[in-house]
Amino acid sequence: MADDAPPAPIVADEGPAREAILAAIVDNEPGVLARIVGLVSARGYNIESLTVAETDVERHTSRITLVTRGSDAKIEQIKAQLARLVPVRRVIDVTQERDALERELALIKVVNAGEQRVESMRLAEIFRARALDTTHTSFVFEITGARAKINAFIELMQPLGLKEVSRTGVLSIRRGTGVD
Amino acid sequence: MSAQAAPSEENQTPAPAKQKTGAELLLDALQEQGVEVIFGYPGGAVLPIYDALFQRDSIRHILVRHEQGAAHAAEGYARATGKVGVLLVTSGPGATNAVTGLTDALLDSVPIVCITGQVPRKLIGTDAFQECDTVGITRSCTKHNYLAPSAERLPAIVHEAFHIAKNGRPGPVVIDIPKDVQFERADYTPRAQAKVRDCVPATRVSSTQIEQAVELMRQARKPVLYTGGGIVNSGPQASAALRMLARETGFPVTSTLMGLGAFPASDPQWLGMLGMHGSLEANNAMHDCDVMVCIGARFDDRVTGRLDAFSPNSRKIHVDIDPSSINKNVPVDIALVADAGAAMEALIHEWRRRNAANPHDKARLDLWRRQIEAWRARKSFSYAPCDKAIKPQLAVERLYALTRGKNVYITTEVGQHQMWAAQHFHFEEPNHWMTSGGLGTMGYGLPAALGVQTAFPDALVIDIAGDASVQMTMQEMSTAVQHDLPIKVFILNNAYLGMVRQWQELLHGGRYSHSYSASLPDFVKLAEAYGCVGLRAERPDELDSKIGEMLSVNRPVIFDCVVTQEENVFPMIPSGAAHNEMLFGDAEARRHEVSAKGKVLV
Repeated sequence: MADDAPPAPIVADEGPAREAILAAIVDNEPGVLARIVGLVSARGYNIESLTVAETDVERHTSRITLVTRGSDAKIEQIKAQLARLVPVRRVIDVTQERDALERELALIKVVNAGEQRVESMRLAEIFRARALDTTHTSFVFEITGARAKINAFIELMQPLGLKEVSRTGVLSIRRGTGVD
Repeated sequence: MSAQAAPSEENQTPAPAKQKTGAELLLDALQEQGVEVIFGYPGGAVLPIYDALFQRDSIRHILVRHEQGAAHAAEGYARATGKVGVLLVTSGPGATNAVTGLTDALLDSVPIVCITGQVPRKLIGTDAFQECDTVGITRSCTKHNYLAPSAERLPAIVHEAFHIAKNGRPGPVVIDIPKDVQFERADYTPRAQAKVRDCVPATRVSSTQIEQAVELMRQARKPVLYTGGGIVNSGPQASAALRMLARETGFPVTSTLMGLGAFPASDPQWLGMLGMHGSLEANNAMHDCDVMVCIGARFDDRVTGRLDAFSPNSRKIHVDIDPSSINKNVPVDIALVADAGAAMEALIHEWRRRNAANPHDKARLDLWRRQIEAWRARKSFSYAPCDKAIKPQLAVERLYALTRGKNVYITTEVGQHQMWAAQHFHFEEPNHWMTSGGLGTMGYGLPAALGVQTAFPDALVIDIAGDASVQMTMQEMSTAVQHDLPIKVFILNNAYLGMVRQWQELLHGGRYSHSYSASLPDFVKLAEAYGCVGLRAERPDELDSKIGEMLSVNRPVIFDCVVTQEENVFPMIPSGAAHNEMLFGDAEARRHEVSAKGKVLV
């Protein structure tokens, strides 16, 4: 740490950080997204991805899924803070639920030629990615899957001419007959 | 005025004539919520509401001199009565001026509802005159806020706002009402028909956890009850439960700044306030205890000091109504998400049940009691007396002595005087002590005193103030005079920004950068200019008679108590230090080197 950097706050040891996918079922009313995002940033947490849309027209609720990082204690604190908001009906820790499904969609552009081009095509097949757009020197792949799978695919594309990535952020739903 | 429109005989739908304007619907809803007084300041975007207010006598309006004052007055009213305080301000600057008070109420969990005017719906987003994004600005300093979309929805919004202000952990709520909504006509929604949402799911006290908590408490040899403002917020029955719990268990009791009064200061089990300027016995008991029962407090940094040295050998039980307070700063062993009063009643019940079968051996605590008495004998709030000039501690002591037995409410500003008031004024009952704890808002006490005096016109309401703080909201003396609110502003005048000066002395090598108030006003003449009474005491021998004079006046008073200039608040836990590393006096403080880590902390 540099000399002029402020010392870390004096707090109890927090433990290792983990990635957490949190889903909030919220009343679809003006400002609800701003409330969630504002709370997360005001308390110094980080949002790695965020998706939101109305999901139940009759009950007028939306599902907000966000990915964040932190120690177990910090994730618990984020969950409790989110649950305190009036329009938030419930908060689900997708990462902790055994019966949760998660999916993300990504568009990935690679610019390459020759051997690299063949290799990227082969890897795309293995990952069940689809070529949405092709030129003689580029592909745009579409891939869906769990966040970890997409991260792995992007990493593999890195040496093969990866140019640009666009991701939707994580969606989640429960397996089986149970609903949130 | 009837809340429900009489059913129309000819028509199925009520005739438009029976409908009321948004402004009237607002006042109907406030009235149904039992609102008796509003603190406010008119302006363009709330004129329809003020017009409706003009036509009814059932709601009293106190005209403040600045919207921050309205917010603090509503807070003072709420904290003294336990009801929801209400303020009414206009759009733009009216709303932004109220923000400090809203944030103060959020941090100290005070239930208030703030009604703001807004430009007409069509002008929103056009940078219209006196337009600001009120819901955007107040989103992070309220529990919840609303932009009223129509007059039809307004009454239900008001009902929900009052519910949210009180539900769970109390706090401020804003309702922003566009001017055209105030004119729009609609039907009223009575309280019983309005849908309201909860802030936190209502929880029942878990009997298993109560059993575990009592088991832990029975095994304790060095227990302490660490109580806070949550007990005051929970209501008088919670304070009664705390007294009962302390009596049944024999555990010593300390409290945060916010919780003073929930437990009587005259009780032998009382340890005094804890924290940065708390008593030696309270802080040492917290540090050395083996079982800590935290009820309605939140392990704030003023209380814990250095977290990794905070009460290292204790098992901790935490009762809080707000799940997000649990394990936030300090991990605990047993967490009870519950109302403080209900949880303590459950603890008492289980304690008695266990005692019936197997009586608790009170002798277990004998050593602990002796240890506490030894700490108490150190008299950590003592100070060096002086017969030439008035010591600020002496001023508060004399004020306390001369007002004993009277129905006295104390508010404070923020700084040294606030700590001396907390140390040397003693409270027997809850809701009699109003101070800005979380946000630390200078200028809180004077308008808060107005709010208290409005609620209790015959009570003695004293703002213990500092010469710097009081000037932040001094203009509210004009409100006091206009509305016959005979508050007493007792200024401990040391001509310094005292707490800043103290930190500069202890942490910044005595370089008093901009903490001296040159050219203070003559407070006596200022009082006279406002049309109230000005008094000054400069020598210890005239202090009592001047205080007596202040108490005999039934008008607002500014009391300029000239005190020694360089007195510091002790004891003190310096920033970044642990509870058992307290400083006692100036000589010791000068020897102390605050660590670099500590210096960064506030």
